Amino acid sequence: MTTRKLAVVSAGIGVPSSTRLLADRLAAATTAALTEHGVAAEVEVVELREHAHELVDAVLTGFVAPGLRPVVDAVAGADGLIAVTPTFSASYNGLFKLLFDALEEGTLDGKPTLIAATGGTGRHSLALEHAVRPLMAYLHAVVVPTAVFAAPEDWAGGAAGVPALDRRIARAAGELADLVAARPVTAAADPFEEPIPFEQLLRGE
Amino acid sequence: MQFGVFSVGDVTPDPTTGRTPSEAERIKAMVAVALKTEEVGMDVFATGEHHNPPFVPSSPTTMLGYIAARTQRLLLSTATTLITTDDPVKIAEDYAMLQHLADGRVDLMLGRGNTGPVYPWFGKDIRDGIPLAVENYALLRRLWREDVVDWEGRFRTPLQGFTSTPRPLDGVPPFVWHASIRSPEIAEQAAFYGDGFFHNNIFWDAGHVRRMVNLYRRRYEHYGHGPADRAIVGLGGQVFMRKNSQDAVREFRPYFDNAPVYGHGPSLEDFSELTALTVGSPQQVIDKTLSFREFAGDYQRQLFLMDHAGLPLKTVLEQLDMLGEDVIPVLRKEFAARTPAHVPNAPTHESLKATRDKEEVSA
Repeated sequence: MTTRKLAVVSAGIGVPSSTRLLADRLAAATTAALTEHGVAAEVEVVELREHAHELVDAVLTGFVAPGLRPVVDAVAGADGLIAVTPTFSASYNGLFKLLFDALEEGTLDGKPTLIAATGGTGRHSLALEHAVRPLMAYLHAVVVPTAVFAAPEDWAGGAAGVPALDRRIARAAGELADLVAARPVTAAADPFEEPIPFEQLLRGE
Repeated sequence: MQFGVFSVGDVTPDPTTGRTPSEAERIKAMVAVALKTEEVGMDVFATGEHHNPPFVPSSPTTMLGYIAARTQRLLLSTATTLITTDDPVKIAEDYAMLQHLADGRVDLMLGRGNTGPVYPWFGKDIRDGIPLAVENYALLRRLWREDVVDWEGRFRTPLQGFTSTPRPLDGVPPFVWHASIRSPEIAEQAAFYGDGFFHNNIFWDAGHVRRMVNLYRRRYEHYGHGPADRAIVGLGGQVFMRKNSQDAVREFRPYFDNAPVYGHGPSLEDFSELTALTVGSPQQVIDKTLSFREFAGDYQRQLFLMDHAGLPLKTVLEQLDMLGEDVIPVLRKEFAARTPAHVPNAPTHESLKATRDKEEVSA
């Protein structure tokens, strides 16, 4: 059976966290959808809260400390990414953004990505489209069309006229699984292993 | 093995007193540090080059020329010379002039500079950092090696029939180190020319330093300058010592916590574990410095950052005395014992001249 790696990033603050709960449900649904493609998922979940200080240090010092390295490597090495944030002030929270600020340029190039968020009211749901999706587009991630927002009522019956949370999760997970099953992400060339030959630099290439 | 001191030249308030030195005091303090570096038996003093506050050393050859006149042995260098925004013609002239005044006790470390606005202030663009470093250095080399240069490039007015004066002392250009913390292109540049490569591992973790230095060594061999383990490598370091390591930590912590660059970030303990910072006893400094060769291989130059973050001059001079008395003699002995005989010393004016003379005889 083919195996694909999924990195699941949760920027939830509380313990337990509804953001983490949503992340786990998305991971489980994606795993199930991949199984239908005959693909086994290897899931690595990252709680950013546990790395909050290391993330700030990385931004201040410019380098990733050993404790944060597995997180960065998990995201960089994944065939698919599930990124989930609570909604703070109409956007992702600072903790979520710190991770993406700490990644080397190009880390998310072409990476199939599912974005999701939690929030105190369904009125925040477009934060995914106005804030998270543009961030991921800038980073050249391939974001699936369905983004999943979970408001408090979604953990019960949901709001009238909105598909139930499990259906939205299944739809987004299916979209991500289609992309992830199609091809593994190929790692970018390592500039320390394969530098641009100096003759090329001299010619201004 | 060369040991020395490199100074950023920052004017920073002393966080323990709130006192900020004047520019005049800071400039004279840098000179005092350089003189002390020779007095305590070290080999190299290197000054930074900056064109924005809170830094004072905008005119390195003025300072180094003055230090040259007041020292006998000390090798004068830079950390770094801005190969991107300085005119390569002026670098060629300034450092050749300094070579003559200092009787050859000169080399340079080239860097790009990471302060965005400095580039436009000098008519350049930071996004051209690498192409500027590549083109400007290619011209600089020709200006030192060819008496008459015709040249045209992307970034500078063309030259027709130009002779850079004075010519390098004895016709031998100063040795050049290329410094970069994270750009593989610069390690590649140093390797291509067979120049030295300096990694300021004060700011980066050992794993990354290893990758950069290994890249340089491998490519040095690829370009035919000799085996990788004979490439010329320099490293940074940063120390604060007291006889009792707890005293060192207590005294240095406020300077660390408020330091430009890494202040208010990682703890002193975490940062010491990851980078080339050592705060403790002289023996700890010796042990840590000796460990650098485990990730960088046998190297030729070790520079220490001593006078920054608002440390008072009196303290810095005490630190230099401790380095000279308790640390450097042991390091010289221990490095000599560990370094295989085939690993060369860093080139100096004398060694480069001798090599040149030998090649002329055999040619």
